[in-house]
Amino acid sequence: MLGRAAPGVCQVVALANQQQNRNMATLKAISIRLKSVKNIQKITQSMKMVSAAKYTRAERDLKAARPYGEGAVQFYERAEVAPPEDDPKQLYIAMTSDRGLCGAVHTGVSKVIRTRLSEPGAENIKVICVGDKSRGILQRLYGKHIISVCNEIGRLPPTFNDACKIASAILESGYEFASGKIIYNKFRSVVSYQQSDLPLFSQKAVENAPKLATYDSLDADVIQSYMEFSLASMLFYALKEGACSEQSSRMTAMDNASKNAGEMIDKLTLTFNRTRQAVITRELIEIISGAAALD
Amino acid sequence: MALAFRGALRSVARRLQVRSYADAPKGDEMALTFAAGNKVFYDKKVVKQVDVPSMSGAFGILPKHVPTLAVLRPGIVTVTENDGKVSKIFVSSGTVTVNDDSSVQVLAEEAHPLENLDRSAAQEALSKAQSELNSAANEKAKAQAAIAVEVAEEIVKAASG
Repeated sequence: MLGRAAPGVCQVVALANQQQNRNMATLKAISIRLKSVKNIQKITQSMKMVSAAKYTRAERDLKAARPYGEGAVQFYERAEVAPPEDDPKQLYIAMTSDRGLCGAVHTGVSKVIRTRLSEPGAENIKVICVGDKSRGILQRLYGKHIISVCNEIGRLPPTFNDACKIASAILESGYEFASGKIIYNKFRSVVSYQQSDLPLFSQKAVENAPKLATYDSLDADVIQSYMEFSLASMLFYALKEGACSEQSSRMTAMDNASKNAGEMIDKLTLTFNRTRQAVITRELIEIISGAAALD
Repeated sequence: MALAFRGALRSVARRLQVRSYADAPKGDEMALTFAAGNKVFYDKKVVKQVDVPSMSGAFGILPKHVPTLAVLRPGIVTVTENDGKVSKIFVSSGTVTVNDDSSVQVLAEEAHPLENLDRSAAQEALSKAQSELNSAANEKAKAQAAIAVEVAEEIVKAASG
């Protein structure tokens, strides 16, 4: 907005053809712009500090949640549970948050789902958006696939309670999916994260698993409770991974923004000083030539 | 001097070796992962025995246990480590999985070591839960209060026992 205002001022005054005024106006415009860029830099810098503090905490939490998530998935891997071929109903859960300004964390997750939804067979896929950002991205084109949205994610560190609420919302949504995926950002290091997925299965798929027979003393009740709890633990793990990637990515994004603002400030200061000097020189020339004309 | 140094180095190396052997699960060893929402207690650590309270009764897990799934009920999980150290941890709810490679995953919603439980606070929670149960209006609230009572009762039992 400010970028547009400055040349605008130049144009209007240039039409009036007042050399002196033009320079004064640019000087003013540049100083206003300089001030606003400085303020923006202050904001991005403090956002970086805040997310750095939040990131340290998120990473510590994530360390504790990793064995938890791995433990929850282990059974499905060990029992070789596979999605049933005759039932194409699928559920995708997009783990994002409400907050933006954090690089491509949310877009990455949404892109995975968007790519899947643009492929054939997408009519059997439903999506649950965790966090407002994924809804914002998916709503326009794939609004009819979304069955529910959770928000208020990302302001505070995720807790197991949040995961339980999401899990019960999924179970109570009435959508009987045969298989599905939780799409989330897996945190790898401060500068890198990757979209990954955790598998979801229906109770029927688990009961038909080839190696389930090796497991002892199972009844439908136990499997149901077990699966409900493991859904909550997987969501909890995905929330933790997502929160950590988001904070680290926001840290990088804000660092870059501060750097860019710094570059902009340098350039603007240079132009500002040049213009200021030009104005002084011009005034001097006018005074001197005026005095010379009198002699 | 140099000899002593080498000796020290060797003993360190031996200790490292022993540790890596104990950490890597072998055929008849049981790797336990015990994690809760708030903390990780064991991460793929080889232990001797785990006793868990489940919905279908408490049971002990030794290496080469038959693969099984169970749902935890509130109570004490007892872990006997390889050196005979016994740790008792209270869990509120969760799951236990024994896989065919003898690995055990105990995932709890919340878990705390027994020594961190406070009996008087537990008593308070119990009476609060009981009054909630009595005043519960609908089925859902009643069920929730009943669970709270069950957990509080177990905490009191665990803290006083």
